[in-house]
Amino acid sequence: MSKREVWITGIGLVSSLGEGTETHVAALGGVTPSVDGERFAPHRLHPAVPLAWEQQIPKKADQRQMEAWQKLGVYAAGLALADAGLKDDKERLGRMELVVAAGGGERDYVVDGQILTGLPTANDAGAFLNERLMNDLRPTLFLAQLSNLLAGNISIVHGVTGGTRTFMGEEQAGVDAVRIAAARIAAGQGDTFLVGGAYNAERPDILLIYEMGGFLWAHDFASVWDRPGHGGGFIPGSGAAFLVLEAADTAGARGARPLARLDAVAADLTRRAPGSVDRSLARLWAQVSPGAPRSKGAILSGATGVVGITEEERGALARLAQGVRVYATGDLIGHMLEAQFPAGLALAAAALAAGSFEEATVTSVGHTRGEGLARITRIT
Amino acid sequence: MTTPHRDRSGRPLVAVTGLGIVTSLGEGRDDNWAALTGGRSGIHRIDRFATDNLRTTIAATVDFVAAEPFCAPALSQELAVRAVAEAIGQAAIGQAGDFPGALFIAVPPVEMEWPQRLALAQASGAAGDVTYADLIAAARSGRFKTWHDLFLFGSVADHVAERFGTKGSPVSLSTACSSGATAIQLGVEAIRRGEVEAALCVGTDGSVNPESLIRFSLLSALSTQNDPPGAASKPFSKNRDGFVMGEGAAALVLEDYDHALARGATVLGFVLGCGERGDSFHRTRSSPDGAPIIAAIREAIDDAGLTPDAIDYVNAHGTATPENDKMESLGLMAVLGERMSGVPISSNKSMIGHTLTAAGAIEAVASLMTLQTGRLPPTINFQVPDPAIALDVVPNVARDASVTRVLSNSFGFGGQNTCLVFGAEPA
Repeated sequence: MSKREVWITGIGLVSSLGEGTETHVAALGGVTPSVDGERFAPHRLHPAVPLAWEQQIPKKADQRQMEAWQKLGVYAAGLALADAGLKDDKERLGRMELVVAAGGGERDYVVDGQILTGLPTANDAGAFLNERLMNDLRPTLFLAQLSNLLAGNISIVHGVTGGTRTFMGEEQAGVDAVRIAAARIAAGQGDTFLVGGAYNAERPDILLIYEMGGFLWAHDFASVWDRPGHGGGFIPGSGAAFLVLEAADTAGARGARPLARLDAVAADLTRRAPGSVDRSLARLWAQVSPGAPRSKGAILSGATGVVGITEEERGALARLAQGVRVYATGDLIGHMLEAQFPAGLALAAAALAAGSFEEATVTSVGHTRGEGLARITRIT
Repeated sequence: MTTPHRDRSGRPLVAVTGLGIVTSLGEGRDDNWAALTGGRSGIHRIDRFATDNLRTTIAATVDFVAAEPFCAPALSQELAVRAVAEAIGQAAIGQAGDFPGALFIAVPPVEMEWPQRLALAQASGAAGDVTYADLIAAARSGRFKTWHDLFLFGSVADHVAERFGTKGSPVSLSTACSSGATAIQLGVEAIRRGEVEAALCVGTDGSVNPESLIRFSLLSALSTQNDPPGAASKPFSKNRDGFVMGEGAAALVLEDYDHALARGATVLGFVLGCGERGDSFHRTRSSPDGAPIIAAIREAIDDAGLTPDAIDYVNAHGTATPENDKMESLGLMAVLGERMSGVPISSNKSMIGHTLTAAGAIEAVASLMTLQTGRLPPTINFQVPDPAIALDVVPNVARDASVTRVLSNSFGFGGQNTCLVFGAEPA
């Protein structure tokens, strides 16, 4: 079967820098990142900008059914559909496929605190826990934190109902979502896909997980490349990124404007050891860029700042793409886990469409596992 | 070189060469099949945790598998490992620790659980009101480093991939109660694309804990007819009142048919078609007209290159919620027409409860065992027929039948509808 070309025809991007592509493309030219070091001190994070939710989620009832990560995602998905000229195109949305990279969670922090305060002195801990959860949990909180309900809410709010799949697994979920959507388009297993993810960093339970592993950057803001010498770590970022991927033939037939061509996406999961990220990136590079010209290009790296893997990625990129400008998306918008790779790809595609580069390579090296690369080219 | 085998759409045929299963009824194909066709229930009173103050006190937990520390991801991983080991053993594919294909695994969305939160709270030494700031301060000690990996969404897949040596980036997925079917669908698509010659497709769920049970309970999704436990799950009955949570795992080895033939593998059956449709009506309810369910069933049969007349038996989603069973019946009647009243349909969930993330994979294994043995597991607890559901639900007792094609349905919260068609032979 001959491979179909895959176009990016819509971008929706929301982060601590703002919403939409213009703000983010401008940030590639230099920006002071938005960092909040107070709300969750001593931790830092990149908070999402305030959004007028009703612009993409008109019904208040829908907004109430979602926690922040879902709202960010549904909002960005709406931006992407509008950008692709598909908003409210019921017929096409009804056939559009959805692949979402999602985490989940979000808790009622007050209820959790009360339970943890009461548990040690309860006469019967099990009975106490049950009673408190039965009485204090909002029934709808479950749906507002369930992983596949970001996709579910996109279906409800925007009417995307072809098929909906949710991938989990931190950074690599974002890579695999794009990889599999692109592979399905190329092989004729679907024409139009909405792909992306969302992340709410402004959550103590998130900080807790990554603090347990020792992965959070504990000092004043510094570039991800400069962090490994000081203990390393990432600064979580809130935001969301969605892309409309379309088969070139069907996009062309509806007169859609291509923002960029998605040439290749590759992913691997290696056993982490010294040198493994370097080798993995070299293998993936060979898969996505066979003989690619390297001038007029850029690399958008999803480097985390975590010790070891960040230096290895920097070294590998310096060798594989000598002289090519490398931008770290983590320096601009922080680390958005599942949404980081879609965000890097969205930013790269927007920059290509704005004429900043002719081609771009987007990288992902997960903070604890998974590596991915995508290559896109400007369509002139 | 012989001509490659292709389906009616010119795609590689997807053969099933290995099956593995663990449920509350036991471990392995033999024990499970004997129990499922014997009409035995695996649902029992919960003794894993206190059930005081709960409306539902029963579940089909898997209590014979240990996991350390005991929590949903650890148990889900152990269940998956056992199911995969059995499936790969049957397929006799690759070498130990070297599976020649991709991994697609449906895993429950995990998060830190109460024993861990409590341990952190105690380690923090916080006096008075405990907040997350205290837990985070305790986390900073570095003493809880292993829990970071334990509660990442991608860890179960990574550990299963490492253990069995699957190739490439393993995909962890969740489409709620249709997750197991989605894992199979992803494997089918990868083989049809020619991307892989084999795929390991897994669904696993070991997440019966107080909070997950309470969440479903607060949505009024669970049966509260706790006594006797084995009679609680009553799919398609008039007095059905919700599902019973269950645990388990299942694994399928899928292979390009030509790859299976070339290595002399025993072919157990085929995945002939997959259908999928989102529903934008409501977060937990189906469109009242059943259109998305109807479309998913129709698409699965179309994708198989068949017509509705070709379906001999339906392995139902059959959760025993008032809503699901009504809508599933409506959808089947719409696609199969009058003939549906004579097509046997049964729900494994009457015996093993709703195994949630694992259900689609477990029921796929049961569907393939029906194809192999010609035996239909019953829908047990069927005492009070629902006049609104005129189906042959294989009531209470297993039955022998000539079955060459099975439709397996999976529907989930968030508007997830995934249907699969299995066959004894290519279509």
